[in-house]
Amino acid sequence: MICPIVMLMLTAAFIAAFVRVVIGPTLPDRVVALDMAGTIVVALILTHCVQSGSTYYIPAAISIALLSFVGTVALAIYVSRGGSS
Amino acid sequence: MIREILICFFLLIGGLLSLIAAVGVIRLPDLFTRMHAATKTGTVGVASIAIGMMLYFLEVTVTSRGILVIAFFLLTAPVAAHMIGRAAYRSGVSLWILTRLDEWKTQGRSGDDGADRE
Repeated sequence: MICPIVMLMLTAAFIAAFVRVVIGPTLPDRVVALDMAGTIVVALILTHCVQSGSTYYIPAAISIALLSFVGTVALAIYVSRGGSS
Repeated sequence: MIREILICFFLLIGGLLSLIAAVGVIRLPDLFTRMHAATKTGTVGVASIAIGMMLYFLEVTVTSRGILVIAFFLLTAPVAAHMIGRAAYRSGVSLWILTRLDEWKTQGRSGDDGADRE
Protein backbone atom coordinates (compact mmCIF):
# COMPACT_ATOMS: atom_id res chain seq x y z
CA MET A 1 0.00 0.00 0.00
CA ILE A 2 1.30 3.46 0.79
CA CYS A 3 3.29 2.60 3.88
CA PRO A 4 6.78 2.29 2.31
CA ILE A 5 6.48 5.77 0.78
CA VAL A 6 5.47 7.25 4.12
CA MET A 7 8.31 5.41 5.84
CA LEU A 8 10.77 6.80 3.30
CA MET A 9 9.51 10.32 3.98
CA LEU A 10 9.80 9.78 7.73
CA THR A 11 13.31 8.36 7.37
CA ALA A 12 14.38 11.41 5.34
CA ALA A 13 12.96 13.66 8.06
CA PHE A 14 14.80 11.62 10.70
CA ILE A 15 18.12 11.99 8.85
CA ALA A 16 17.52 15.74 8.51
CA ALA A 17 16.87 16.02 12.23
CA PHE A 18 20.12 14.24 12.96
CA VAL A 19 21.97 16.52 10.55
CA ARG A 20 20.72 19.37 12.72
CA VAL A 21 21.86 17.49 15.82
CA VAL A 22 25.36 17.26 14.37
CA ILE A 23 25.70 20.79 12.98
CA GLY A 24 23.54 22.64 15.52
CA PRO A 25 25.60 25.51 16.87
CA THR A 26 24.22 25.51 20.41
CA LEU A 27 22.81 23.00 22.84
CA PRO A 28 19.11 24.04 22.51
CA ASP A 29 19.32 23.44 18.75
CA ARG A 30 20.33 19.88 19.42
CA VAL A 31 17.61 19.44 22.05
CA VAL A 32 14.92 20.64 19.64
CA ALA A 33 16.23 18.37 16.88
CA LEU A 34 16.32 15.36 19.21
CA ASP A 35 12.75 16.07 20.29
CA MET A 36 11.73 16.11 16.65
CA ALA A 37 13.61 12.85 16.08
CA GLY A 38 11.64 11.21 18.90
CA THR A 39 8.41 12.46 17.34
CA ILE A 40 9.41 10.94 14.00
CA VAL A 41 10.26 7.62 15.67
CA VAL A 42 6.72 7.52 17.10
CA ALA A 43 5.32 8.20 13.62
CA LEU A 44 7.52 5.41 12.17
CA ILE A 45 6.25 2.93 14.75
CA LEU A 46 2.61 3.81 13.98
CA THR A 47 3.27 3.45 10.25
CA HIS A 48 4.87 0.07 10.86
CA CYS A 49 1.76 -0.97 12.77
CA VAL A 50 -0.34 -0.16 9.72
CA GLN A 51 2.07 -1.94 7.39
CA SER A 52 2.36 -5.17 9.35
CA GLY A 53 -1.19 -5.23 10.68
CA SER A 54 -0.10 -5.88 14.24
CA THR A 55 -1.01 -3.68 17.17
CA TYR A 56 1.71 -4.78 19.55
CA TYR A 57 3.95 -1.77 19.11
CA ILE A 58 1.50 0.99 20.03
CA PRO A 59 2.43 0.96 23.76
CA ALA A 60 6.06 1.28 22.67
CA ALA A 61 5.10 4.40 20.71
CA ILE A 62 3.32 5.84 23.74
CA SER A 63 6.29 5.19 26.03
CA ILE A 64 8.76 6.65 23.53
CA ALA A 65 6.63 9.80 23.36
CA LEU A 66 6.62 10.00 27.16
CA LEU A 67 10.37 9.50 27.45
CA SER A 68 11.01 12.08 24.73
CA PHE A 69 8.96 14.66 26.63
CA VAL A 70 10.70 13.92 29.93
CA GLY A 71 14.12 14.11 28.28
CA THR A 72 13.31 17.42 26.64
CA VAL A 73 12.12 18.91 29.92
CA ALA A 74 15.22 17.66 31.73
CA LEU A 75 17.52 19.15 29.09
CA ALA A 76 15.55 22.43 29.20
CA ILE A 77 16.13 22.64 32.95
CA TYR A 78 19.79 21.83 32.35
CA VAL A 79 20.06 24.65 29.82
CA SER A 80 18.25 27.13 32.07
CA ARG A 81 20.64 26.39 34.91
CA GLY A 82 23.51 27.38 32.69
CA GLY A 83 24.80 24.01 31.58
CA SER A 84 27.45 24.02 28.93
CA SER A 85 27.11 22.27 25.61
CA MET B 1 -12.83 1.85 -0.75
CA ILE B 2 -13.43 5.25 0.77
CA ARG B 3 -11.77 4.04 3.94
CA GLU B 4 -8.59 3.08 2.11
CA ILE B 5 -8.49 6.44 0.38
CA LEU B 6 -8.86 8.13 3.76
CA ILE B 7 -6.10 5.96 5.26
CA CYS B 8 -3.72 6.80 2.41
CA PHE B 9 -4.64 10.48 2.66
CA PHE B 10 -3.92 10.72 6.36
CA LEU B 11 -0.69 8.72 6.17
CA LEU B 12 0.58 10.79 3.27
CA ILE B 13 -0.34 14.04 4.99
CA GLY B 14 1.58 12.88 8.06
CA GLY B 15 4.64 11.99 6.03
CA LEU B 16 4.53 15.22 4.07
CA LEU B 17 4.19 17.31 7.23
CA SER B 18 7.18 15.50 8.73
CA LEU B 19 9.17 16.27 5.60
CA ILE B 20 8.15 19.94 5.83
CA ALA B 21 9.32 19.91 9.45
CA ALA B 22 12.64 18.45 8.35
CA VAL B 23 13.08 21.12 5.69
CA GLY B 24 12.29 23.77 8.28
CA VAL B 25 14.75 22.32 10.76
CA ILE B 26 17.49 22.31 8.16
CA ARG B 27 16.80 25.61 6.43
CA LEU B 28 15.42 28.12 8.92
CA PRO B 29 17.86 30.69 10.28
CA ASP B 30 17.73 30.61 14.08
CA LEU B 31 16.66 28.44 16.98
CA PHE B 32 13.18 29.84 17.54
CA THR B 33 11.99 29.56 13.96
CA ARG B 34 13.42 26.06 13.79
CA MET B 35 11.60 25.20 17.00
CA HIS B 36 8.36 26.53 15.52
CA ALA B 37 8.75 24.27 12.47
CA ALA B 38 9.77 21.16 14.39
CA THR B 39 7.14 21.37 17.11
CA LYS B 40 4.01 22.35 15.23
CA THR B 41 4.57 20.38 12.07
CA GLY B 42 5.89 17.31 13.84
CA THR B 43 2.94 17.22 16.23
CA VAL B 44 0.35 17.53 13.49
CA GLY B 45 2.20 14.92 11.43
CA VAL B 46 2.11 12.37 14.24
CA ALA B 47 -1.55 13.16 14.90
CA SER B 48 -2.39 12.60 11.23
CA ILE B 49 -0.53 9.28 11.10
CA ALA B 50 -2.31 8.18 14.29
CA ILE B 51 -5.66 9.04 12.70
CA GLY B 52 -4.70 6.94 9.68
CA MET B 53 -3.75 4.05 11.96
CA MET B 54 -7.06 4.28 13.84
CA LEU B 55 -8.96 4.23 10.54
CA TYR B 56 -6.96 1.20 9.42
CA PHE B 57 -7.69 -0.96 12.44
CA LEU B 58 -11.11 0.33 13.59
CA GLU B 59 -10.97 -1.46 16.92
CA VAL B 60 -11.80 0.00 20.29
CA THR B 61 -8.42 -0.77 21.87
CA VAL B 62 -6.41 0.67 18.98
CA THR B 63 -8.62 3.73 18.73
CA SER B 64 -8.30 4.47 22.43
CA ARG B 65 -4.53 4.17 22.27
CA GLY B 66 -4.38 6.35 19.19
CA ILE B 67 -6.45 9.01 20.92
CA LEU B 68 -4.04 8.69 23.85
CA VAL B 69 -1.05 9.28 21.56
CA ILE B 70 -2.68 12.33 19.95
CA ALA B 71 -3.77 13.83 23.28
CA PHE B 72 -0.34 13.25 24.76
CA PHE B 73 1.43 14.97 21.89
CA LEU B 74 -1.00 17.88 21.82
CA LEU B 75 -0.54 18.34 25.57
CA THR B 76 3.21 17.94 25.90
CA ALA B 77 4.72 19.39 22.72
CA PRO B 78 3.80 23.05 23.48
CA VAL B 79 5.00 22.67 27.07
CA ALA B 80 8.34 21.23 25.98
CA ALA B 81 8.79 23.85 23.26
CA HIS B 82 7.95 26.66 25.69
CA MET B 83 10.42 25.39 28.28
CA ILE B 84 13.28 24.90 25.84
CA GLY B 85 12.59 28.24 24.18
CA ARG B 86 12.60 30.15 27.45
CA ALA B 87 15.73 28.39 28.63
CA ALA B 88 17.48 29.07 25.33
CA TYR B 89 16.51 32.76 25.37
CA ARG B 90 17.75 33.18 28.91
CA SER B 91 20.97 31.36 28.22
CA GLY B 92 21.78 33.87 25.51
CA VAL B 93 20.98 32.21 22.20
CA SER B 94 21.03 34.96 19.59
CA LEU B 95 17.96 35.75 17.55
CA TRP B 96 17.87 36.04 13.79
CA ILE B 97 19.49 39.20 12.52
CA LEU B 98 16.27 40.36 10.81
CA THR B 99 14.06 39.89 13.87
CA ARG B 100 11.73 42.88 14.20
CA LEU B 101 10.32 42.53 17.70
CA ASP B 102 11.92 41.29 20.87
CA GLU B 103 9.49 41.88 23.71
CA TRP B 104 11.83 40.57 26.36
CA LYS B 105 14.68 42.87 25.49
CA THR B 106 13.74 45.41 28.15
CA GLN B 107 13.93 42.78 30.86
CA GLY B 108 17.42 41.77 29.93
CA ARG B 109 18.84 38.45 29.02
CA SER B 110 19.02 37.26 32.60
CA GLY B 111 15.57 38.51 33.51
CA ASP B 112 14.84 36.84 36.79
CA ASP B 113 11.19 36.44 37.58
CA GLY B 114 11.83 33.31 39.58
CA ALA B 115 9.79 31.15 37.25
CA ASP B 116 12.06 28.20 36.84
CA ARG B 117 14.96 29.12 39.01
CA GLU B 118 15.21 28.19 42.59
